[in-house]
Amino acid sequence: MTRRTPLFDLHQKLGARMVDFGGWDMPLQYGSQIAEHHAVRRGSGVFDVSHMCVVDLEGARVRPFLQKLLANDVGKLKTPGKALYGCMLKETGGVIDDLIVYFLDELWFRAVVNAGTRDKDLAWMRQHAAQFEVRLTERTDLAMLAVQGPEARGKAASLLSSAGSAAALGLEPFFGREIDGWFVARTGYTGEDGFEMMLPGTEAERVWQALNSAGVTSCGLGARDTLRLEAGMNLYGSDMDENTHPFESGLGWTVALEPRERAFIGREALEAVRARGSQRKLVGLLLEGRGVLRSHQKVLVPEAAEGEITSGTFSPTLERSIALARVPVAAGSSVKVDIRGKLHDARIVRPPFVRHGKALVS
Amino acid sequence: MSNVPSDLKYTKSHEWLRTLPDGTVEVGITDHAQHALGDLVFVEVPEAGRNLTAGEAFAVVESVKAASDVYSPVTGEVTASNAALASEPEAINSDSYGKGWLMRLRPAAGASPPALLSAAEYEKLIAEEGG
Repeated sequence: MTRRTPLFDLHQKLGARMVDFGGWDMPLQYGSQIAEHHAVRRGSGVFDVSHMCVVDLEGARVRPFLQKLLANDVGKLKTPGKALYGCMLKETGGVIDDLIVYFLDELWFRAVVNAGTRDKDLAWMRQHAAQFEVRLTERTDLAMLAVQGPEARGKAASLLSSAGSAAALGLEPFFGREIDGWFVARTGYTGEDGFEMMLPGTEAERVWQALNSAGVTSCGLGARDTLRLEAGMNLYGSDMDENTHPFESGLGWTVALEPRERAFIGREALEAVRARGSQRKLVGLLLEGRGVLRSHQKVLVPEAAEGEITSGTFSPTLERSIALARVPVAAGSSVKVDIRGKLHDARIVRPPFVRHGKALVS
Repeated sequence: MSNVPSDLKYTKSHEWLRTLPDGTVEVGITDHAQHALGDLVFVEVPEAGRNLTAGEAFAVVESVKAASDVYSPVTGEVTASNAALASEPEAINSDSYGKGWLMRLRPAAGASPPALLSAAEYEKLIAEEGG
């Protein structure tokens, strides 16, 4: 039995095609997936991301708990409201999940983890929370709406009180705060400006319809995937998992090896990788000709081992195919991809492919 | 609800077939199929002169989501293919029975008549598939 968000009935009313995503019945698209993609790049779109798991972490030793749990260092979070992206690792250095954590106050942090990994994430967190006397509360009462695009913040703020609107528009990137009873954060997964808003599930339908009335396009998980891939953002389970470490997943920037005395889970394994050098790297690929790159296609690198595409799609903004691929570190700039038995030329580029509506590769 | 024109013939694998006045047949994918695939972004059509056997894959249509083969409903020789789809694959989404045609083919003399579905039979098929 798949789970449903508080917006399920509305998605059906809006004619969405629903799919099973991580055990949740979610909208894939309402009309044209490409039109939804362009709405976010050029105007604004709203996504139901209520399937994601919001966990409040509370206790006097919540900061040291997260300093052990995460490969990134919440010691960097000095100002209340500031968010940090990072990974939870196994002792082997394999990625259990990627997540965002918000520093709300010295006794209270909030984490947002992936829907498909909810059960194992909560079990892992609980296992390590005990010795720090940290209390976990899953916020199943909250719905989460991502409003994204160059016009998103203005349109979302128009739903708030005048003081609330000013507060929301005053948020710096990667900050969140409680506003008019909602938690509003200037974060997202599209490469555009916007908000992710956590609000009582009972209000979600009304808010979604108000956003539609303000000209915000309903967008499904299909557009969310093409947008995040253009933005060069990883998808857990595709681009990294428990068998890959952050250095071969394009996530080295989220690993804080300094200060050296911080003993986070997976540190020893990562230090060993760092010492001998990672054998593989995650890169962006741009298909030179026509066709579509897809996950699991083989990448042939001259004079090196084969690589593999981890996420591939057609980029609506670039009007050509793009991908993330895990390849040997020796890979230069030209590779070939096996698409249904034929070899196609592709070029290694540095993600992101698109940011704030602009193509960064050509 | 999918559009199923009554003057065309259909296959179980969601191709449509139109017999033209000169005896050749025009082939494409149905409205139901384009809707299931979603936005089309890449189409590979056959060269004129290629000989096809009924049931043989002759084209690839790729949407944002997936790549799918398209099968020839009849045995014969390709007389033309729709080159405009290279730059405008979305024509299959907007006009699958018109501008979205994939190829024209001259049925081989003496080829046994293929098992095709009428519009009513095809409508029943997609209703059973939950379309």
